[in-house]
Amino acid sequence: MTLLDKFKPLQEARDRLKALGADPFNVTVEKILSPTEAIVNGRRAILAGTNNYLGLTFHPDCIAAAEKAVREEGCGTTGSRMANGNYADHQALEREFAEFYGLPHGVVFSTGYLANLALLSTLPGPDDVILLDADCHASIYDGCRMSQAEVLRFRHNDADDLDKRLRRLKERASRTLIVVEGIYSMLGDMAPLKEIVELKRKYGAYLMVDEAHSLGVLGAQGRGLVESEGVLDGADFIVGTFSKSLGAIGGYCVSPHPELDILRYAARPYIFTASSSPSLIASTRVALRLLREGSDLRDRLWRNARRFREGLKSLGCRLGPQLSPVIPIMLGESREQALLVWHELLERGAYVNLVMPPATPDEHCLLRCSMSAAHEEEQIDRLLAIFREVFTAHGLAA
Amino acid sequence: MMSYQDILAELIATIRALAPGADEVDEHTELVGNLGLDSMKVMNLLQEIEDRFDVSIPLNVLPDVRTVGDLADKIQQLLQDQ
Repeated sequence: MTLLDKFKPLQEARDRLKALGADPFNVTVEKILSPTEAIVNGRRAILAGTNNYLGLTFHPDCIAAAEKAVREEGCGTTGSRMANGNYADHQALEREFAEFYGLPHGVVFSTGYLANLALLSTLPGPDDVILLDADCHASIYDGCRMSQAEVLRFRHNDADDLDKRLRRLKERASRTLIVVEGIYSMLGDMAPLKEIVELKRKYGAYLMVDEAHSLGVLGAQGRGLVESEGVLDGADFIVGTFSKSLGAIGGYCVSPHPELDILRYAARPYIFTASSSPSLIASTRVALRLLREGSDLRDRLWRNARRFREGLKSLGCRLGPQLSPVIPIMLGESREQALLVWHELLERGAYVNLVMPPATPDEHCLLRCSMSAAHEEEQIDRLLAIFREVFTAHGLAA
Repeated sequence: MMSYQDILAELIATIRALAPGADEVDEHTELVGNLGLDSMKVMNLLQEIEDRFDVSIPLNVLPDVRTVGDLADKIQQLLQDQ
C-alpha cells in the first residue's frame, strides 16, 4: 500500500463516469452569457443549478464598484487581515453587515467556508460541546473536526431530538454551541428556528445560524431565517457568505457578543489566509445595499421558485419538503440513471447539479435545482419543457 | 447498568436490522472494513444506536472505533459517565 493507493477507488469512480460519457463534477462553463445563461460543455444552457439567488453577479453597480476598486487598490491585497490585508473597505463592510443585522460586531472572512472553520474551530474549546444538525454543510463538519470540543449530532430539523441531547448534557448544556442552517443546501428545507431558540434559552446554550442560502432570500429585509422567524435576538452568531445572494466570494459573521472581535486574534482561518481582494469587497458592499433595498428581487425569486416547483410537481417529480429557491428532485438509487438524466438535461440546455450519495442526506441521488430572481418566465417554461422530455423518456414523469 | 455483553448483544441486533447483508456480525466485525459502511452510513447507524441506548455518541470517538466491540466499549463508558 503506497501513499497514493487510497485514491484508486476515486479514480475508478471517475473513470466509470467518463465511460458513461459525462462527468457531472468536471463541468466546464466556457462562457458566461448572463446570470442565467452560459455555454456549458460546448452548448448553450439555462443555469438552474447556481446559487445566484438574486442574480446580482452581473449587476452594473456591482461591476462598476469592482472595476473602480481594481483600478484604485489593485487586484489583490497580497496578505492576511492581520498583516497587510486589512483595508478600510474590509472594515467598512464589517460595519455594514453588523448594522444590517442591528448588531454591534461583525467580521469578514475570505470565504464562507473559512468563516465556519474560524468560528467552529475557535469558539468552542476542549471542555465545550458542539451540537449540530445532522444535515449541516461540510464546512461546519470540517470546522468541528478542527475544534477540540466534543461534537454531537442531532437528527435533521428535529427539535425533540435536540431537546433530548441537551437534556443529557446536564450542566454542560451551558457550554454548548448549537449549529443550524437557515435553508439547508441540499433539500432546501428550513430549520425549526423558533423551537430551537426556545431550547437554546431553556438550557442556556449558544446558537450559531448559518444563513448562507437564506441571506437575501428570507425575511422582510433579506436577513434570513432569523428575521423571517422573528428570532434575530435569539442567535448568538450569524454566519453567511457573499458567494450566493451577494454574487461574489467571501464570508461574514455578526454577533451581539464582543468576543467575536477577539476571535480575530485566535482563529487560524482568519489569521493565516489572504484577505479578500478589493474588488470583491467593493462589489459585495454594493450588493449588500441592493439586497437591503431589493424586496422586488426577493419577490421575483419566490415567484420563480413557485412557478418552477409547481411545474415540476405537475410532472410528478418527487420534490423536497418545502418551497424554497433550492428545489431538489429526488431520483432513485440508480447512479447510472441519475447520471444519464443529468447528462440529457444538459445536452438539451438545462444545467442543474447532480448530487449522489454520500453527499445526499439519504441513499438516493438527487438533482439539485435552484432558482434566481434573474430567471425569465420563458426560461423557466423552457426548463420545464426540457425536464418533461427527459423525465418522460426515462419513465420518471407521471 | 448494562453489562458489556448486554450492550454487545443489543448492538449486534441493531446493526443486523439496519445494515443490509450484515448477518455475520460479532464483536470483531469492523464497521467500515467488514460492513462496507461509508462515513455517512456509520453516522446514520450511530443515530439509531444512540436512540436504542439513550446516549449521545460524540463524533470525536469515531476514529477510535473500528469494531463492534470498540463501539460496545465506548457505549458502556458513555452510559457510566451519564
